[in-house]
Amino acid sequence: MLELQGLTKIYNTGDKALSDVTLTIPDGQVVALIGPSGAGKSTLIRCINRLVQPTSGSATIDDVNITALGSTGLRRARRKMGMIFQEYALVERLTVMENVLSGRLGYVGFWRSLFRKFPQSDVDEAYRLLDRVGLLEMADKRADELSGGQRQRVGICRALIQNPSLLLVDEPTASLDPKTSRQIMRLIVELCSERGLAAIINIHDVALAQMYVQRVIGLKLGTVVFDGLPTALTPEVLTDIYGEEDWEATIETVDDEDDEI
Amino acid sequence: MPMKEQNGLKVWQLRTPRSQLIRWGAWLLGLAVFIFSWQEISDNTLWFMMDNVGEVVADIATRATPPRWSFITELGRPIWDTLAIATLGTILALIMAVPVAFLAARNTTPSKLFVRPIALLVIVSTRSVNSLIWALLLVSIVGPGVLAGLIAISIRSIGFCAKLLYEAIEEINVVQVEAIKATGASPMQVMVYGIVPQIMPAFAGIAVFRWDINIRESTVLGLVGAGGIGLALQSSLNVLAWPKVSLILLVILVAVVIGEWVSAKVRGAII
Repeated sequence: MLELQGLTKIYNTGDKALSDVTLTIPDGQVVALIGPSGAGKSTLIRCINRLVQPTSGSATIDDVNITALGSTGLRRARRKMGMIFQEYALVERLTVMENVLSGRLGYVGFWRSLFRKFPQSDVDEAYRLLDRVGLLEMADKRADELSGGQRQRVGICRALIQNPSLLLVDEPTASLDPKTSRQIMRLIVELCSERGLAAIINIHDVALAQMYVQRVIGLKLGTVVFDGLPTALTPEVLTDIYGEEDWEATIETVDDEDDEI
Repeated sequence: MPMKEQNGLKVWQLRTPRSQLIRWGAWLLGLAVFIFSWQEISDNTLWFMMDNVGEVVADIATRATPPRWSFITELGRPIWDTLAIATLGTILALIMAVPVAFLAARNTTPSKLFVRPIALLVIVSTRSVNSLIWALLLVSIVGPGVLAGLIAISIRSIGFCAKLLYEAIEEINVVQVEAIKATGASPMQVMVYGIVPQIMPAFAGIAVFRWDINIRESTVLGLVGAGGIGLALQSSLNVLAWPKVSLILLVILVAVVIGEWVSAKVRGAII
């Protein structure tokens, strides 16, 4: 269970990116975080694994207060949080397999990782995950040879091989075409339910979020302005989050056809 | 940029009249300095020496041709020394430059306030002294020979390699580094997985580029007694043995051309 208590982030420039965010996400719940650009969505998920240092407040996972951890404790806590990025954030010049196995770095010593001598169980798991996302034959390709959707699937494998209990997902579909976006969203949500993972997904595409998640949180200027079921997203709520616009077309339910992943 | 209304038309010019005037003034000033310097050089030249320039050049050319080909057997060792100085010097320089670069790059330095200035000082001080001067110093410290040349070349190259490398480190994609950090990797693992792969092409490019430069630099080190083919050049020049000199210059030319060719090939292969 993830608990955020009064989480606040003020950047050195004086911009208040998050103010007093308090929320609880139970195990296994997939949450979409929506809000206009600059609302603090990225800051929020980066404050949880402390890629960004929160100014005040706390983030607690399974009774471990992450904000209070020292560097060793933080590394241990980060192993339990998989992160997926908008621009995939694969190390471009490494192979797909190296990228996936880099998810195990928190568990493997320096010299083993330097010489790529990962335990056999990690290698097995990497192949299993690549097979699950349909990229088994790409294992030895360099990451920059893959297409956007393929790269994001490698990014998902890298996050999952950590064996996390929480996924932090930052705009997973913003660089992808509509069809691939849906496939990636579906894959993330399926994998979460297979493994009982909780996830926070930053997303711009409100309709896409409604299709796949169990709960939506709306962020505006660093404050939570909506927290409820996807079906509760009315034009009034969206106007509150994003500002005045014709929202009828956006929240029209989209039929989910059965794409191959 | 500046827009003004004239008879109802919006007249557009790139610069305001004022900045235009300043530009013309700057060009004029530059031209005046150039003409003045030219005059100074002309006044300080011994023009009578120039009277028979053509004859002297022709004289040296006839004395220097044909090169004494048989002398080549004695040049094998010196040119080997020169290449060894360049190659080992570059490798030593890289070994020292890598840590300096990581300490100097804003995003990897342990302390911007204390460590970074020291690393930058190392870079500037090794770069600003020419390798001939390093060689002069080292010949008097470690004695004449290949070792002095080797150390001179490697010290001189630290700054160059470290500067280019730390600029490459500062330009890496930070999101890839964040992604590795987010897995719970230790700082050393973040370096090996997040940073090193990104700077590898730059590193290889810098290494062959500096090796290429060092071949040229090491050919002259012998002039001050620091070993290599420069030593042979020096002794031949001293006794005005022009046919030997011309052969040595040819050998140097061939070595430099080969060096350039190799480095061009390697850089082509990386990119």
